[in-house]
Amino acid sequence: MTPSPSCVTAYTVACAAGVGRAAFASALRDRRSGLRPNDFSATPLSTWIGRIEGLEREDAALPAALATWDCRNNRLAWLALQQDRFRERVAAARGRYGAHRIAIVVGTSTSSIGATEEAYRRVQPDGGFPLELRRPIIHAPHSLGDFLQHTLALEGFCITVATACSSSAKVFAHAERLLRLGLADAAVVGGTDSLCGSVLFGFNSLGLLSPEPCRPFDPARRGLSLGEAAGLALLEPDGDGPWLLGYGESSDAHHMSAPHPEGRGARLAIDAALSAAGIRASDVNYINLHGTASQKNDEMEGRLVAELFPPQLSASSTKGWTGHALGAAGIIEAAVALNAIETGLVPGTLNSSAIDAACGPQVRLENEQRDVRIAASHSFGFGGSNCVLVFGRERLR
Amino acid sequence: MSTAPESGGGGATAVQSGCVFIEGIALWAPRLPGWAAARTVLRGDTAAAATPAARPAPTVLAPTERRRAPDSVAVALEVACAACESSGRPPGALSSVFASTFGDSAVSDYLCGQLARAPLDTSPTKFHNSVHNAAAGYWAIATGCPEPYTAITAHRHTFGAGLAIACTHALVDQAAILYVAYDIETPGPLATMAPSRGVLGAAVVLATVPSPRTLARLDLRVEAGDFQASRARAANAALVEGNAMASCLPLFEALADASPAGPQASGTRPAATCARGDALQRELVLTLAPRLALRLAVTAVG
Repeated sequence: MTPSPSCVTAYTVACAAGVGRAAFASALRDRRSGLRPNDFSATPLSTWIGRIEGLEREDAALPAALATWDCRNNRLAWLALQQDRFRERVAAARGRYGAHRIAIVVGTSTSSIGATEEAYRRVQPDGGFPLELRRPIIHAPHSLGDFLQHTLALEGFCITVATACSSSAKVFAHAERLLRLGLADAAVVGGTDSLCGSVLFGFNSLGLLSPEPCRPFDPARRGLSLGEAAGLALLEPDGDGPWLLGYGESSDAHHMSAPHPEGRGARLAIDAALSAAGIRASDVNYINLHGTASQKNDEMEGRLVAELFPPQLSASSTKGWTGHALGAAGIIEAAVALNAIETGLVPGTLNSSAIDAACGPQVRLENEQRDVRIAASHSFGFGGSNCVLVFGRERLR
Repeated sequence: MSTAPESGGGGATAVQSGCVFIEGIALWAPRLPGWAAARTVLRGDTAAAATPAARPAPTVLAPTERRRAPDSVAVALEVACAACESSGRPPGALSSVFASTFGDSAVSDYLCGQLARAPLDTSPTKFHNSVHNAAAGYWAIATGCPEPYTAITAHRHTFGAGLAIACTHALVDQAAILYVAYDIETPGPLATMAPSRGVLGAAVVLATVPSPRTLARLDLRVEAGDFQASRARAANAALVEGNAMASCLPLFEALADASPAGPQASGTRPAATCARGDALQRELVLTLAPRLALRLAVTAVG
């Protein structure tokens, strides 16, 4: 069944390249990367990270009323809430629709596991956590959704989606279904993932981390750079746009940590998204690619885009700016696509100096300014979970 | 939830009630190892086995994978497989929703402990098994299923929220869907903050239209306000007590109560059961969020 378009009436981002839409757009325009040498892990690990300044400082703590949820991941979500008047926009929507009619559907990969990691470093003589970390909710994966629901004083559906790197793309699909069936009048979607030992040393154990800033689609790429980020969007049935025109979801059914080499699942998700939006491949002006700078993803994705889309399409990965924000990648990259539609700023691919032979002319290194009516975003995750989003300037029907 | 199929794009009626049809049912816990046994136990027809069963061994995995699979994957795939078999639908053709309160808390315990000891020696396999969608990913791989899955959590409301998400997906796509809910035992220091005991998995195959495969009909209504979730009878609740997914039990008890009497049926029914025509019906409430609930009427069919 074809989805009804949903309007993105507000959105915001906080990532290493910029906190707030204006700062992020300016970093994209000026090609300023947010990556820096890893200074996060106590045990040295030679890689680059997209770290947000100051989250660990005492003055970044959540207000006293929200102290139950205080941890790096929720601080990052809180930081995003303060940008672009997002909290005010949600409060206004709550006034219009009622607290129980606004759903929260947010994505994360590791939620606030960083707090659990800290507790394990400081296990008390009684075998329990340190006193200040004896807060059950921050040790549960729903920490993020629960925090946002309390903070925004909402009472509708509240779900945390955790499908690894597709999480905060799939939230758009989940929310659209709730809206379409009338189970909510509006939805807060998005996601947050913060740096933590699990992902740094986990990706290290898989041999997927680059010792230098990640170079998506470069033939000499050496793996990915991890980043932390938060992003949020408000979906409503009507508004001034831009619009979520369609989405496509699929499974690779291939491998837990490697994409299907021919992109079987990715192709299904792209086809489903175009079909749901009621458009052809040639209608898409820009795709924000998954482009992690891993050998396998970029080869598969570059080849697939070359096969499915015409040469005039602009496609790029923005992970050279942000790092791979895992469960928050979907919303951050949706924001890049939305910004392209609104301002015509089509970012290229940062840090890369050449394009892999597997790619076609679609993958661009340099920024462009062009008219973007329709933009898509690819998110492909561990466990073979794929999601493709299509946004448009106009509601097509 | 809208029951009327829509034409083209848009035009959805904003109603909050609807119905789905259960075609396959599966449950696994050490004292309730499989639906055939669980059904009669939950009805009160037979006593639960005194000796807990060993961990489940899902046949959808090859023997080596079965041995290596973490408990979370083993129990989720066991019930996913059993629900699909019970429905007669090929698993490779169904979208799915996987719900778990804590995910694989044993892997979380390992990772957090390993990171505190020697982070550079973190196991890559344990790391990719730590994602909340590990069970869903293994299921897709084992069944070769290209259809989308999702993996969600909603803390204490996970079972109800997952069921609602699965119904929503089925009704929007007008296609059957597999819903799997599970939690395992939390080991180590994490158990003090994210407690869960034993292993519990539950699954249903949901369809949007009745068919010869239909076992029960679920009438659903989402309501806002303060609700007390339905509880299973004390003797049943005791069989899965302490597991973070124990909130699934009232639905499975209702399905057992509503199912046609087995050879050992006792004939006694709880007060909440009423007869409508030939069908037995039970009503229950599942919470979806702190102030949102799903009201369900479970009716046996056939």
